[in-house]
Amino acid sequence: MHYDFNLLLTILTIVVIMGVLQGTVAYLILLERKVAAYVQDRLGPNRVGPWGLLQPIADGLKFLFKEEIIPSHVDRWFYLAAPAIAVTTATLAFAVVPFGPTSPPPSAAWPETPQQAEALARTDFPTQVEAYNRQYQFVIAPHVDVGIVFVFAVGSLAVYGIILGGWSSANKYSFLGSLRSSAQIISYEIPLGMSVLGVVLLAESLNLEQIIHHQTEIGWHILYQPLAFLLFLTSIFAETNRLPFDLPEAEQELVGGYHTEYSGLKFGMFFLGEYTHVITTSFLAAALFLGGWHFPWIAEPGPGGVIVKLIIFAAKMFFFILFYMFVRWTLPRFRFDQLMGLAWQVLIPLALVNLLCVMAAKHVVEQYDLDERWQLVLLPVSLLLLVGVAALVGQRPERPRRSIVVIRGHERVEMTTR
Amino acid sequence: MPIPANQVKWVQEPKSSVLERLYLPGLFEGLQTTVRHLFEPRLTQQFPEERPRLPPNYRGVHRLNRDEQGRPKCVACYMCSTACPAHCIDIVAAPSPWPDREKYPETFVIDELRCIYCGMCEQACPCDAIELTTLADLTGLSREEMMFDKEKLLSVFDYTVAAGTDPIRTHSGRLSIASEVEK
Repeated sequence: MHYDFNLLLTILTIVVIMGVLQGTVAYLILLERKVAAYVQDRLGPNRVGPWGLLQPIADGLKFLFKEEIIPSHVDRWFYLAAPAIAVTTATLAFAVVPFGPTSPPPSAAWPETPQQAEALARTDFPTQVEAYNRQYQFVIAPHVDVGIVFVFAVGSLAVYGIILGGWSSANKYSFLGSLRSSAQIISYEIPLGMSVLGVVLLAESLNLEQIIHHQTEIGWHILYQPLAFLLFLTSIFAETNRLPFDLPEAEQELVGGYHTEYSGLKFGMFFLGEYTHVITTSFLAAALFLGGWHFPWIAEPGPGGVIVKLIIFAAKMFFFILFYMFVRWTLPRFRFDQLMGLAWQVLIPLALVNLLCVMAAKHVVEQYDLDERWQLVLLPVSLLLLVGVAALVGQRPERPRRSIVVIRGHERVEMTTR
Repeated sequence: MPIPANQVKWVQEPKSSVLERLYLPGLFEGLQTTVRHLFEPRLTQQFPEERPRLPPNYRGVHRLNRDEQGRPKCVACYMCSTACPAHCIDIVAAPSPWPDREKYPETFVIDELRCIYCGMCEQACPCDAIELTTLADLTGLSREEMMFDKEKLLSVFDYTVAAGTDPIRTHSGRLSIASEVEK
């Protein structure tokens, strides 16, 4: 009754996933440029191959063959380490994120005495484990019970790449960019984590496969927690440094932010890390709130329909990526104080209250032995919360009256604001 | 002079409704605009294949105009090279082989790399012999190649006349009054 670990199969999965991931990143960059062009009524890259489809290859070759420039004033060791960290952490986070049909690992209390182990062996748990072992799980590291915690722990390490890159560049723009990034990531980790906590409470597991499975039973989590979904979505925009929260690399004010001094393949690695992050968070959003590979009537749990499930999961992921790209051309960049204000004054209190509501609903459902679907009451509750906050935010205390003194000629005029 | 109270206008930011403060309706409105543009006609001109139609008063490559008989209109008066602030026009005059004028340019070279395309040469020209055309994509592989001589400048005239892109200032055809002054 042990979970199988097939080294060969795992390595094969990793190789395929890395290949697919990097290919996807290359074409996402093309898609990003195409979307940017089409939103601005332009055509975008269209010279390399039909509809510019070979552009990613040309870009990649350019990155590879460009002269390697390491400015003389940089802190060489950290300067070289930064892009590597950015890529490594971003790809590492993908290890536990499901990308296709999965089934939840069977779980049982850990046997502490030999008697308990014997008792466990007499149940149907060993057969469940065997059945689980026979199935291929579409995730690099299946049955990792800290799944979501691992993703956030490793994913937020990506900011080290940015901080080190900015610091070691010995350039004020890079430094400002990385400084902003660190403050931003610290602030937005909190609403991100708290919005996910609600989902974890509902699913009663940190394991992503289990969270998806839970949604196949009672319906997608977005129905239960639209507010948490909104908070999660906002926070991952900040986590991945996408507009409207792309302050670390604000071209207009910071030249290029933390990657100003980087060029060639090292710059490409920052790019790769950033887009891998985008893919990972999109998969996560789909898995946590939109039911992962599940789709009512088309893709239900059970064996079979592997391709359909893969396509559905990929489509959900793609939906988020397109959303990222459209929002980029819709919202202007936040000012730094607005960014902090949004996180600390709006998102974090909202996430806290939302978490309280989830706990209360869960408690009531368990106390009175109701069906889990009664938790749908959280849907109107979270919408009410959202509107309530909007109403509250408007009722700020009136600003204190300010008076200014205008001197015209020899006269002194005092004016007071209303 | 103190500002009278009735002339002071205090401006306050407008009160926003609850719906506006939600920020989400605004976001969706913006997204609608973004997505709508995906389906609007493209404005891009595919340059080398698709030529832009530049306004006829554009100041591009020079041309030397011909008269009705196909001779250069230029009378080698040096007005253009005198007016030129970049000193890019080099003319060598010679006695005219034709009876209707005294001089004609034996050589007429414009350094297109030195030229600042200000159009003062065509303003200075008394017989409308030199003009700037709408040709804008001027390329060459060497500096020598960009020294346009008389034949080249005349061929620019032939090309632009054939292409129907005469500059708007043109009076191509007869020689100007200056050449008709009695000897």
